[in-house]
Amino acid sequence: MQDKAIQVKGLQKSYKQLHVLKGVDIEVEKGSIFALLGSNGAGKTTIVKILATLLKPDGGTATVNGFDVAAMPDSVRQSISLTGQFAAVDEILTGRENLIMIAKLRHLTNPRQVADDLLNRFGLTDAADRRVATYSGGMRRRLDIAMSLIGKPQLIFLDEPTTGLDPEARIEVWKIVKELAEGGTTVFLTTQYLEEAEQLADQIAILHEGRIIAGGTLAELKKLFPPAKVEYVEKQPTLEEIFLAIVGKKEEK
Amino acid sequence: MEATRQHFSSDIGVMLGRSMRHILRSMDTIITVTIMPIAFMLLFVYVFGGAIQTGTDHYVNYLLPGILLIAIASGTSYTAYRLFMDVQRGIFERFHSMPIARSAALWGHVLTSLVSNAISVVIIILVALIMGFRSSAGVLSWLAVAGILALFTLALTWIAAIAGLSAKSADGVSAFSYPIIFLPFISSAFVPTESMPSGVRAFAENQPVTSIVETIRALLSDQPVGHDIWVALAWCAGIMLAAYIFAMRVYKKRT
Repeated sequence: MQDKAIQVKGLQKSYKQLHVLKGVDIEVEKGSIFALLGSNGAGKTTIVKILATLLKPDGGTATVNGFDVAAMPDSVRQSISLTGQFAAVDEILTGRENLIMIAKLRHLTNPRQVADDLLNRFGLTDAADRRVATYSGGMRRRLDIAMSLIGKPQLIFLDEPTTGLDPEARIEVWKIVKELAEGGTTVFLTTQYLEEAEQLADQIAILHEGRIIAGGTLAELKKLFPPAKVEYVEKQPTLEEIFLAIVGKKEEK
Repeated sequence: MEATRQHFSSDIGVMLGRSMRHILRSMDTIITVTIMPIAFMLLFVYVFGGAIQTGTDHYVNYLLPGILLIAIASGTSYTAYRLFMDVQRGIFERFHSMPIARSAALWGHVLTSLVSNAISVVIIILVALIMGFRSSAGVLSWLAVAGILALFTLALTWIAAIAGLSAKSADGVSAFSYPIIFLPFISSAFVPTESMPSGVRAFAENQPVTSIVETIRALLSDQPVGHDIWVALAWCAGIMLAAYIFAMRVYKKRT
């Protein structure tokens, strides 16, 4: 019980006529990276919102860090952080002001210091006093995640953290997620990119038509398919590899 | 639960600091809520004023209460806009997933509305003083004026909250304020109602703005307020209460 960060049983949710979740079961180990895979509209965000106490489920149970989301939402909120699908940053404030604001709302003793440390860690020091409206998509997402780390929550939800980011920014986010898990934080992320789940996750679950249709480690999921055949193919670099190679070379110069 | 209650006022303070920055960094907001009412005041006093017979020694004395109400009405339309943007951009979701009281984000906007409107009211009164506005009112009368303006601000702010929380687009969000900004023109704010045709006059004399304007004007010129003050208070309190209940319902549903 205690080694589970999230336990979800028979979770149901409907929006009027639309039955989005038809009995979802999920278990996430403490300190692991869990990826929820699914296409657009599969209900990934709905699950995140229920677990982050933003939505009430119609049926089933969900506990986060040992607290029932319906019965003890305040205790749940103490121990989590949510990074929503669209970077929830204040565009009119500067990066530094955003961080200080969240640190104050978490009632930390030294908000300025917390902000400085995070700006440094996320490579935003140079842009710290610029309004967020001038930030690139990748910078915004980094700030967004930095805001979620304030107060050192045990569990972080990342709802499609790399959607809309360019390949470089995506790799940066991946690095951050890996560092978080190494530091002992549990990460629950949703994604529609198979590669992202493959890169990051200890456990993967596939959400389809309101149910988890497959779950397990990457190795376990691969076993569900027929054994790999050995084929000889000429490996062409993908366009993404080419892009990264060119951009990487430019930066070295 | 205890912790969230204990920090409620400091959390609202953080929210207030945030939205005040939004206002001070938005030239558009400052122009609309302060410079536009001042321009109106200049226009009416120095262009139309000479032709308007109000029976007061200086037209600015007659005009000021109505100008203040217009400024507050346009000020609250920005409250609706800021609320709408917060809901749209997902920053409310972040606040709501944090261990702070759920209503803190909304109350932060309400407090911001009170503070920012108070600032623009003070600026407009200062400009009016330069233009020749004089008041014989004592401290108590001024406090009564402040109280009525605060109540009026709150009533409109809660209407703005309904608009901000339920609007579908940024363009539609401030539409609620146009009729309210227009109401002072069909009241005794600019000209006495006696000169209006009977139908218009009946409307003008019985809509909320007239009683509020008459009350503030009487207080500022040290005249007896009569029963106007009770009509004004009833309008403000009634609208505020109804809008508050409705806004809270929308807030719980929407977020």
